[in-house]
Amino acid sequence: MADEAFDAIIVGGGIAGTVAAYLLAKEGLEVLLIERGNYPGSKNMTGGRLYSHSLEKIMPGFAEEAPIERKITRERVYMMTEDSAAGLDFYSGRLGVRGQDSYSVLRAPFDQWLGEKAESAGANIVSGICVENLIFNDGQVGGVVAGEDEITSKVVILADGINSLLAQKIGMREEFKPHQMAVGVKELWELPASVIEDRFGCSENEGAACMFAGSPSDSRIGGGFLYTNKESISLGVVATLSDLGEKTVPQLMEDFHNHPAIAPLLKGAQLIEYSGHLVPEGGFDMMPKIVGNGVLVVGDGAGLCINLGYAIRGMDFAVASAECAAKAVIDAQQTDDFSAAGLQNYLKYMEKSFVLPDMKLYRQFPHFLEGTPRIFGAYPNMAVDMLTDMFVMDGQPARPLMKKMMPHVKKIGIWNLIKDGWKGMKSI
Amino acid sequence: MSSAEMEKVNVDAKLSINKFYVDEENAHIVLKEDVDMNEYRQLMVACPAGIYKLNKNGEVFFDYAGCLECGTCRILCGQTILAKWEFPRGTFGVEYRYG
Repeated sequence: MADEAFDAIIVGGGIAGTVAAYLLAKEGLEVLLIERGNYPGSKNMTGGRLYSHSLEKIMPGFAEEAPIERKITRERVYMMTEDSAAGLDFYSGRLGVRGQDSYSVLRAPFDQWLGEKAESAGANIVSGICVENLIFNDGQVGGVVAGEDEITSKVVILADGINSLLAQKIGMREEFKPHQMAVGVKELWELPASVIEDRFGCSENEGAACMFAGSPSDSRIGGGFLYTNKESISLGVVATLSDLGEKTVPQLMEDFHNHPAIAPLLKGAQLIEYSGHLVPEGGFDMMPKIVGNGVLVVGDGAGLCINLGYAIRGMDFAVASAECAAKAVIDAQQTDDFSAAGLQNYLKYMEKSFVLPDMKLYRQFPHFLEGTPRIFGAYPNMAVDMLTDMFVMDGQPARPLMKKMMPHVKKIGIWNLIKDGWKGMKSI
Repeated sequence: MSSAEMEKVNVDAKLSINKFYVDEENAHIVLKEDVDMNEYRQLMVACPAGIYKLNKNGEVFFDYAGCLECGTCRILCGQTILAKWEFPRGTFGVEYRYG
């Protein structure tokens, strides 16, 4: 096979796909990226925040040029009950230092920009085409099938997202299980930039990221999130599919934005988009096979995501996995061996980068969350009850603080608190 | 807020803000003929677009037009009550302007 139409075909115009296309095109490879929507990013959504480190390495100073929303310099974490919210607010300039900074982003503009970068590096991007199948030659992937068309390539990179039907079709992965997956739903609320800066205490172009445990997911595994964008607020709920109760996901979303601690932040805002997406939350143990004969899997489709409650990472993994895949393809080009053996360096680079080490480090964390339902119900309630007792002055004779607090602790049990704390610390 | 006071969500109103190119000729999700209601109820809870509904007679009422293409139904019921789950054909389906 000496006459493939392309060196590499990339399926999917998300972050992983566009970054892989950019890197390969920059090295002079003939690259075709195929996106099923009308432009890269048109099918994509995030909470969301991009930790910049991995993209910064590839495109130094990208944030000055890219359509990012706000630099996150304020981190807030809350425990929430139906009528209260107890939180931690951390502002620091150190959160904004280049290389360790993070940005709120909206994927439609952001991914389009990455697509343009790939195109100016020489990649071909075709939108509005859904790849339905892969071409196989003697057990090795050698291109894609879309409708009547067959397009050949030396290697195919599957960057087609969490629902990668292609990876499943060619047996690289089993169906993901409900306990490994969460559904994310998001509302985007438009507000003037100055109003956002006033309400969140942020400077111009800076913003806040807020995480919520407790009532947003109806005290089940999941949580709420809020990110400030330039002129909008991303507000959403994430709920693990195996732990849904009676309340519907759209109702969780509705109740969250109506929460008395949230509603004032959205006063006067207009809803401009409503989106949904799956989140792979099973960690390392849900990762599929990512190297095959003539094929690599990157990004969400590879299950690359870590949700620690206070920090949710996925896009930085998508970038890094794309970089590792691109490097492996460039290596394979040297030996002209695109079999699984020839592409093995993808795994090697993933091991050497932060991707696989981090996925492995937090391997136990999803199991910890599953096994510790108190985090989503009993603890938020305890925190709110304790703070209520601390701050409410009702004219009754005062009692020592310790005496006030102990009943709340005892409700959960000191032993449980120690056990959960220990298990949590060990898994993180 | 007690649950009685909670406002019932109107998902359709929210979906109407989104941009959709509905493929009228080709349903990308198809339910099986005899739907196990226990399975179906999972989707009534989980689908963020709320497109798995019941009509006034308590029968299955499903329209793929407002689908956000998240895949939640596929994970929960792909092996049970879904006869088909594919991506909409190229250019069709939801189009995020912000994402």
